[in-house]
Amino acid sequence: MTATDQLLFEGADWDFRTLQRICDACEQIARDELKLDVYPNQIEVITAEQMLDAYSSVGMPLFYKHWSFGKHFAFQEASYRKGLMGLAYEIVINSSPCISYLMEENSATMQTLVIAHAAFGHNHFFKNNYLFKQWTDADGILDYLEFAKRYVAHCEERHGRLAVEHTLDAAHALMSHGIDRYPGKKSLDLRAEEKRAGRRRAHEESAFNDLWRTVPGGKVKSGAILDVERRRQMLGLPQENLLYFLEKTAPRLRPWQRELLRIVRHIAQYFYPQSQTKVMNEGTATYVHYCIMSRLHQQGRLTDGNFLEFLQSHTNVVFQPEFDDPRYSGFNPYALGFAMMQDIERIVTNPEAEDREWFPDIAGKGDAMGVLRDIWANYRDESFISQFMSPRLMRHFRMFHLHDDPEDRSGILVDAIHDERGYRRLRRELARQYDVGFIDANIEVVDVDLAGDRRLMLHHTVVKGAQLDEADTKRVLQHLADLWSYDVSLVEADASGTVLKEYVANPRNIAAAA
Amino acid sequence: MAIHIVDRRLNPGSKSLENRQRFLRRAKALVQGAVKKSSQDRDIKDVLEGGEVSVPIDGMDEPRFRREGGTRDMVLPGNKKFVEGDYLPRPNQSGGKGRGAGEGDSEDTFRFVLSRDEFVDLFLDDLELPDLAKRKLAEVETEGIRRAGYTTSGSPANISVSRTVSRALTRRVALRRPRPEVLAALEAELAGCRDEARRAELMAEIEALKTKMRRIPFIDPIDIRYRRFETVPKPVAQAVMFCLMDVSGSMTEHMKDLAKRFYMLLYVFLKRRYRHVEIVFIRHTDRAEEVDEQTFFYGPASGGTLVSSALQAMHDIVRSRFKPADWNIYAAQASDGDNSFADGEVAGRLLTDKILPVSQFFAYLEVGQENGLSYEMPNSSLWTLYEGLRASGAPLSMRKVNERSEIFPVFHDLFKRRSQPERSAS
Repeated sequence: MTATDQLLFEGADWDFRTLQRICDACEQIARDELKLDVYPNQIEVITAEQMLDAYSSVGMPLFYKHWSFGKHFAFQEASYRKGLMGLAYEIVINSSPCISYLMEENSATMQTLVIAHAAFGHNHFFKNNYLFKQWTDADGILDYLEFAKRYVAHCEERHGRLAVEHTLDAAHALMSHGIDRYPGKKSLDLRAEEKRAGRRRAHEESAFNDLWRTVPGGKVKSGAILDVERRRQMLGLPQENLLYFLEKTAPRLRPWQRELLRIVRHIAQYFYPQSQTKVMNEGTATYVHYCIMSRLHQQGRLTDGNFLEFLQSHTNVVFQPEFDDPRYSGFNPYALGFAMMQDIERIVTNPEAEDREWFPDIAGKGDAMGVLRDIWANYRDESFISQFMSPRLMRHFRMFHLHDDPEDRSGILVDAIHDERGYRRLRRELARQYDVGFIDANIEVVDVDLAGDRRLMLHHTVVKGAQLDEADTKRVLQHLADLWSYDVSLVEADASGTVLKEYVANPRNIAAAA
Repeated sequence: MAIHIVDRRLNPGSKSLENRQRFLRRAKALVQGAVKKSSQDRDIKDVLEGGEVSVPIDGMDEPRFRREGGTRDMVLPGNKKFVEGDYLPRPNQSGGKGRGAGEGDSEDTFRFVLSRDEFVDLFLDDLELPDLAKRKLAEVETEGIRRAGYTTSGSPANISVSRTVSRALTRRVALRRPRPEVLAALEAELAGCRDEARRAELMAEIEALKTKMRRIPFIDPIDIRYRRFETVPKPVAQAVMFCLMDVSGSMTEHMKDLAKRFYMLLYVFLKRRYRHVEIVFIRHTDRAEEVDEQTFFYGPASGGTLVSSALQAMHDIVRSRFKPADWNIYAAQASDGDNSFADGEVAGRLLTDKILPVSQFFAYLEVGQENGLSYEMPNSSLWTLYEGLRASGAPLSMRKVNERSEIFPVFHDLFKRRSQPERSAS
């Protein structure tokens, strides 16, 4: 192609032919120069209202109906109206084809930015990062969501909206504890999952025999016979995936309720990699859009004016307020991710002595894109930061580490700052902030009292003295007890085994009401 | 690999509508509380406008296992002066929480925009407006007929002759149908012509013209046009609501609030029934005046009580501005029931002779003290007067109200009782 000296567009207006030209130009750079490997792209132009819609169903094009999505919509609409929140320029979905939503209000420059960012940056990351490969099924997700939507609607028809709502409320409350954290038996195959669900249902219907309901239940085996270890093994305990445990073993759930739990669990699992790779994912996408836009400008396909417009939004996106700034609300993943990607590029191509000492493997290697692609594929936020945060960057952000111990009357301790002594500690602490294993409370099912009242026993291992919020915990446990349909207890204990607090919840009779 | 670009803008938006309705249903009690609260602070006319209400978000939150407290470690950007080992003063217990933890920064309440219908539904729903409302609504309009151009089909009675003929003429001219005069002229020429060749020529020409005339008829079915009529809904009429309130010293804020609520209901109710509703506010002590809403409810006034002054004022206003033939006239009077003894007869006469005959309905609301018991209230002079009128069959209803919660049942009662004889009569 010799179109390189030709402007893609002028001014701010675009039409669909322009979009196509932009896509082609971005794709050429992404493929030939950055050597990105992406899912097929699909770009959808939508209105602001549709963008709000998409927000409220966690960015998914189709989702089952539930009031909490309506709540989010109302909340977001309200803050959008008040002007508290601008709309995102884009939403991108980890699916194959990879769908990017573009808002019609964006200017031509913004569309270019968004296409480079989402359709190539995020898309490459989704396709190549090991967590997404391990946990998500990009080919199957849209079909699976369609199935989930149909299934929930079907349940509402059959069992009533209220019963379904109860079950989903309970499942949502446990959603963050419905995840397998360690790759185990098999990766997710949502299409097969959907087929299996269909077969299960068909089987239940064909095997349904009203007689069974009148057959007296066998005597409950005395728990004393089973020794504790064996019992725990049979139940797969300890189990930290609460939704999975309930779905498999809760004694009185109806089959459709189990299926709902499974749906919520699969969706939680699908989003799990996203929560672990926020910095990397945004960093990658931002780095890619920056490369592509700069390249387009060099090729003479963007005017200086348009490039300036791009730089301005880019700068806004990667702006990191300092801790004493009223706008500060933690590290901006775009800023941190992008800075790290650029820093790695610098280390690879133009290292200093310090970098050679800290990063002997990559310093001066020369092939920045090669190194980055490798990093994008094989790390998550926590390991990425603990490996690649350089002293230079810590100085750049002037990072410091605070240790707040409520027992310590003298105040909050500045534990480390960006100096020789502090680099490693800072890096370790920052990485910890992105460790999902550390962020979520560590709650496990430890036992079921089969001999007695079938009480389900949970255990929260308290780390660094952080206990559960009482009001919320009671409500979540109530949901849990409703699903389990017998008593549920939760013990909070610290590492030494000292019990700090105990909760008990009794089931309300929702399964029967359902 | 071509990139697929799709324009979704024309796809139906508001996919969240269903979810929004679910949310509303779920949050009904909360939203209703908010609606009630917001309608308290509103003017009567604004009640129907819908609008923003604040819904407490914590009533609707979704619980999760969350950790809090304990020792916290955080890495922050933007160090300017700290060195290792420094101590920062701990911010106040409440203020310091959440900052930097990145959690829990949700708002306590959020503003929620309700559409007009959602608002009125929730407003009325709380009051359980009975099916009475629907019955009334159905009577809103009658059908009228009006001309609506022409059509190619219809009944013979509706043929428009002039339109049909003019179309026929146009067609004849366009197709060059020979005019009868031309033919007559040719025939006259033929009659007086002796030249054989010329005669043959003329006869051929006449023959051709006649064929053409046969082929192009004077009136063709395609010329025919019928007058078209369409039915249009015609609003029955308009309504005016008179709010009469006693504002003498004995009326407390609580009583006025009760009255306001009653007027509000009446207004919403009438607004749903009529396209056009006017409200007239009349307040009176021993003399009456027409005022705006603000003054009506909040303006200070005091003095003796002369109910007849308000009735007289209403009568005057009706005479000058609202012809009973064109307007449905409603009146709602709120009072604590005290009237000067001598006024009873005057008021009674005004009502029976002037006001009740032109009114659709006259509601009398006797408002009492908070925490009072309505059945323990001795009958006031006004009550006794109205009681007598009602017994003689006037379209008048009366109730005593002490509590806000009684307003709706009373309202319902008042209207239900009235609508029954009316319906059986019609």
